[in-house]
Amino acid sequence: MSKMRYSRRNILKGGAAAVAASAFPAPMIWAQEIKDVVLRQAGTGVSAFNEVAAKVKEDLGFTLEMTALDSDAVTQRAATQPDSYDIADIEYWICKKVWPTGNLQAMDISKIANYDKIAGTFRDGKLTPDSVIAQGTAPHTVGFVEGPGSTTFATQDSGWMTLIPTIYNADTLGIRPDLIGRPIDSWAELLNPEFKGKASILDISSIGIMDMAMVCEAMGEIKYADKGNMTTEEIDKTIGIFMEAKKNGQFRAFWKSFDESVNLMASGEVVIQSMWSPAITAVRAQGVPCVYQPLKEGYRSWGGGIGLSAGLSGLPLDAAYEYINWYLSGWVGGFLMRQGYYSAVPETSKLFMSEDEWGFWYEGKAATGDIVSPGGTVIEKAGAVRDGGSFLDRMGKVACWNSVMDENQYMVRKWNEFIAA
Amino acid sequence: MRRANLNSWLLAAPLTGVLFVFLILPILLIVAVSFWSADEFSFRPDFQFGNYEYLFGSAVAWKVFGLTFMMSVIVWALTLAIGFTIAFFLAFHVRTQKWQMVLFLLTTIPFWTSNIIRMISWIPLLGKNGLVNQTLIGAGLINEPLQWLLYSSFSVCLAFVHLYTLFMVVPIFNTMMRIDKSLIEAARDGGASGFQILTNVIIPLSKPGIMIGSIFVIALVMSDFVTTRFMSGSQLANVGRLISNDIGLLQYPSAAATAVVLLITVLLIIGAMLRLVDIRKEL
Repeated sequence: MSKMRYSRRNILKGGAAAVAASAFPAPMIWAQEIKDVVLRQAGTGVSAFNEVAAKVKEDLGFTLEMTALDSDAVTQRAATQPDSYDIADIEYWICKKVWPTGNLQAMDISKIANYDKIAGTFRDGKLTPDSVIAQGTAPHTVGFVEGPGSTTFATQDSGWMTLIPTIYNADTLGIRPDLIGRPIDSWAELLNPEFKGKASILDISSIGIMDMAMVCEAMGEIKYADKGNMTTEEIDKTIGIFMEAKKNGQFRAFWKSFDESVNLMASGEVVIQSMWSPAITAVRAQGVPCVYQPLKEGYRSWGGGIGLSAGLSGLPLDAAYEYINWYLSGWVGGFLMRQGYYSAVPETSKLFMSEDEWGFWYEGKAATGDIVSPGGTVIEKAGAVRDGGSFLDRMGKVACWNSVMDENQYMVRKWNEFIAA
Repeated sequence: MRRANLNSWLLAAPLTGVLFVFLILPILLIVAVSFWSADEFSFRPDFQFGNYEYLFGSAVAWKVFGLTFMMSVIVWALTLAIGFTIAFFLAFHVRTQKWQMVLFLLTTIPFWTSNIIRMISWIPLLGKNGLVNQTLIGAGLINEPLQWLLYSSFSVCLAFVHLYTLFMVVPIFNTMMRIDKSLIEAARDGGASGFQILTNVIIPLSKPGIMIGSIFVIALVMSDFVTTRFMSGSQLANVGRLISNDIGLLQYPSAAATAVVLLITVLLIIGAMLRLVDIRKEL
């Protein structure tokens, strides 16, 4: 359970407070007790920054404790230990797995001030009115439920959200242009024998299988009906192709955590691999050339959001809504955009970024001055252009979303065999 | 008589209680859970053999158990050879106790760093552009960097030996220090050569230490998962990784079944080893 328990007796303590509390209950409690609230947030490392917790304390007054775990560990915790967190900062495919356990509560969108400004991707799935919805667990398909207590996803905006979207990005392969020395334009290059012993893929089954599918499709080996929901034959064939490549020594290593991917790339052990955007920045910050290569088949995308533990109620629940509204109001958005992610409400983030930063990160324009990371290091000089270009260029070319499939258990067993083979 | 009996029961009770609650009970729970059934995100009490059927029916599981066992044997042989030599050197060649202790403490150096730091620090040494490869290429011995130095069975084995040799050194050194020096003098007086003293006096008397060290090393290597994961770049699997993968994917019953089989395997190995040497008698 939440550490904070507010009994009526406690809150009504003292005659004057009791009178005031009965006259204006919420604001009074708010002002007095908010500083004691502690919200425990468990999530994937992508958005767990100490700067965010410090800013919460400063702007909202309460304490946010963050725990960063890998995707599997977060899923496990969200599904089995609902009392160990108040806020789950998870990806949409994790939500698809965890929601049926009933450990998260639906959120009332009427309490979300900036709801109307949230990117279309998270509401009806369409970035622009003529966008085609990509394969996989697209956020809007698991973004709504019928109402409080419901464990089935709604097909459209129902007024009750599962996760409030916060962060998303389009992922592709990272390469070392200096060690490859020729243009790379297809996912198929990951299994090109030219890179034997110099390739890597991430060892997180739900994400890795999508990278594999992008590769197999690009090679022309498999044509999927839906990459995000493969049949057992498709899974067998996909993993089979990669097992063969593994036996032939294609892979130098597999990575599971962010820092491993940075080390593999920066040390030159690997020249082409699955990678996440901030890892590219981290490699470049070491002075090593590294490109987040746009590929003709498109991006594999993911989205994350904030969910509330079912056990959250009373004042901590109010504080959590306050936190969500603050999250969408722009400061965090600007902070995340400067790391190369996208904010779910770009409009408000713009207010917290300089024109040059907005132009570089969001509009794909050439930087006019130095681009500085939130940590203060210069990551791009004037004239640099973001790999892949603008927000619409990148998010408009999403080929699939990170997913959980109907045959997930089968896929996981096959994945384990791939790793053990 | 009755009173003394009761007293000894009472004296043993706290330890029995602690062991029961923190060791026996958890193991019983693991055994119980291994018969449960699970789907993707939930598991429920049940009594079925599906988890074991899958485990014994899976070629990959057999292979992984085999690899884990093989790795244990190789690491055991190497740590024994190295550990015995170090202990022998410390016990019989280093004369003063001060230097014995100083050198003994030096063998604990591998424990000064965490696994993560070790993982990172192997790259500059064993990596493609690492020190070893650069030296070999510079010396003209090879043209292409050696791939098998890192992210291979070799590097996993190296890390294990680096880590666990200490577990051999400590108990063997301990038993060697207890060997009565006059026995060695007597052997020498009797005309035994250095090699004969080693095989007829020192090795038999060091057996309990060797056995304790062997149990440590084999149990540690059989149950490891993090060293294998980091040093093989996730490319090799062992039983520990099978279990951790299952846990990560919420397949607790399947993980419990694997854990039970692993526990039985390790107990059988240790049981067989204890048949060879009666540690209690010889200590």
